[in-house]
Amino acid sequence: MLLYSSIAKKVFMAMAGLFLVSFLCVHLGINLMLLKDDGGRAFTEAATFMGTNALIKIFEIVLFAGFLIHIFFGMLVSGQNKSARPTLYAVSNHSDTAPFSKYMFHSGIIVLIFLVLHFFDFYFIKIGLVAPPPGVSAHDFYHRTLLLFASPWYSLLYIGCFVVLGIHLNHAIQSAFQTLGWNHSKYMDSVKLLGSIYSFVIAAGFTLVPVFILFFRR
Amino acid sequence: MKFTLKIWRQENAKAKGEMISYDVAGISPDSSFFEMLDTLNQNLVMTGGDPVAFDHDCREGICGTCSLYINGRPHGPVKGVTTCQLHMRSFTDGDTIHIEPWRAKAFPVVRDLIVDRSAFDKIIQAGGYVSVNTGGVPDANTIPVPREKSEAAMDAAACIGCGACVAACSNASAMLFIGAKISHLALLPQGEVEAAKRVQKMVASLDELGFGNCSNTYACEAECPKGISVSNIARMNRQFIGAKLFAEKEKIVRDSL
Repeated sequence: MLLYSSIAKKVFMAMAGLFLVSFLCVHLGINLMLLKDDGGRAFTEAATFMGTNALIKIFEIVLFAGFLIHIFFGMLVSGQNKSARPTLYAVSNHSDTAPFSKYMFHSGIIVLIFLVLHFFDFYFIKIGLVAPPPGVSAHDFYHRTLLLFASPWYSLLYIGCFVVLGIHLNHAIQSAFQTLGWNHSKYMDSVKLLGSIYSFVIAAGFTLVPVFILFFRR
Repeated sequence: MKFTLKIWRQENAKAKGEMISYDVAGISPDSSFFEMLDTLNQNLVMTGGDPVAFDHDCREGICGTCSLYINGRPHGPVKGVTTCQLHMRSFTDGDTIHIEPWRAKAFPVVRDLIVDRSAFDKIIQAGGYVSVNTGGVPDANTIPVPREKSEAAMDAAACIGCGACVAACSNASAMLFIGAKISHLALLPQGEVEAAKRVQKMVASLDELGFGNCSNTYACEAECPKGISVSNIARMNRQFIGAKLFAEKEKIVRDSL
């Protein structure tokens, strides 16, 4: 994998990234069921479906592979990029670029830290690696979520991570199109706009859940 | 006008360099950046100092020899010009101006502000040409070229190979340069024949030379004195993916491109 050309590495990263982007949409859909005032019935049903359906189980492996490919190539490419300029400039770059576009590695690391935290909070409990908190069963994602979001600090951290993810996606979506060669005078502006809207919807949608729980479920 | 210049001085490729401060005065607002540096060098020579070495040739913005990373931007603060076409009126009287060489592993410093850009030549040697036997001059219009394609090819061919894209890129990537070189050939019927081989050869050469990868910040497009579009990078990516998926493998090894 180290021997792939610079473009091939980026193509793998872009394809894995676009797949993860589509997964976020599914995850958001399930999370938004938390807003329904039914004692978590719809949410639990959806979570159970995602946890037991055979096809989803297979796709879970694909999803993990997507994460691993994206993270692995992201680290590899960033490392090579760093070593491509051993001596830094005395004056940092003032070129006119999109804000945060140079900080994809940094925003990616924050999202990765969140992902690890998220695994400890849910997935590891589900598969039995980590003991669930007292009073919550291993498969009860609904009460687990309520318990986590009962802490304003956790909610704030969660919201912060999704703002960072939104920033990451805002550059990432059009970047993936560019890397895959889908830059065209006819539709590139639309890709950039729709990518920004999608990033906003994802960040705002995930943020809505803790805000809602904090203000309306206490 | 008078300026404080902070200039990177480095004796040779192996020496350790540093930023040295100089003062220049009596500079006309209409003098070019290089005329200002010429004045500084004249003063340095007169006082027994060592003149600052910098690359320059045509001084009319077409040769691609000049460089300089000025106050955090390749070719200075004005968009769409090379350093030789930059004038002191673009600065404010009394400004401190930082002048550094291009920074990239693939562009080692030779002396002061001069870097070795022969990595670009190696990329061109890898495939940036059209293999045709020379002979009699062909009749005009024997090979029809659509107007839009010739325009797009000419836009890409405007690249003067100065390396500002590499200098501006946070990853020291040469993707805009190679994208332009691949596009201006591949868009025309004469270059299209070897397009699949060319893109693979040139990208392989690029990777060997230690340039970074593209992270699509588009700093290159923002700083390119010739306004080369990043859509050329996307065209190269398209061709590269297409070539890797569909081009015949064995033929590439046997042929002598």
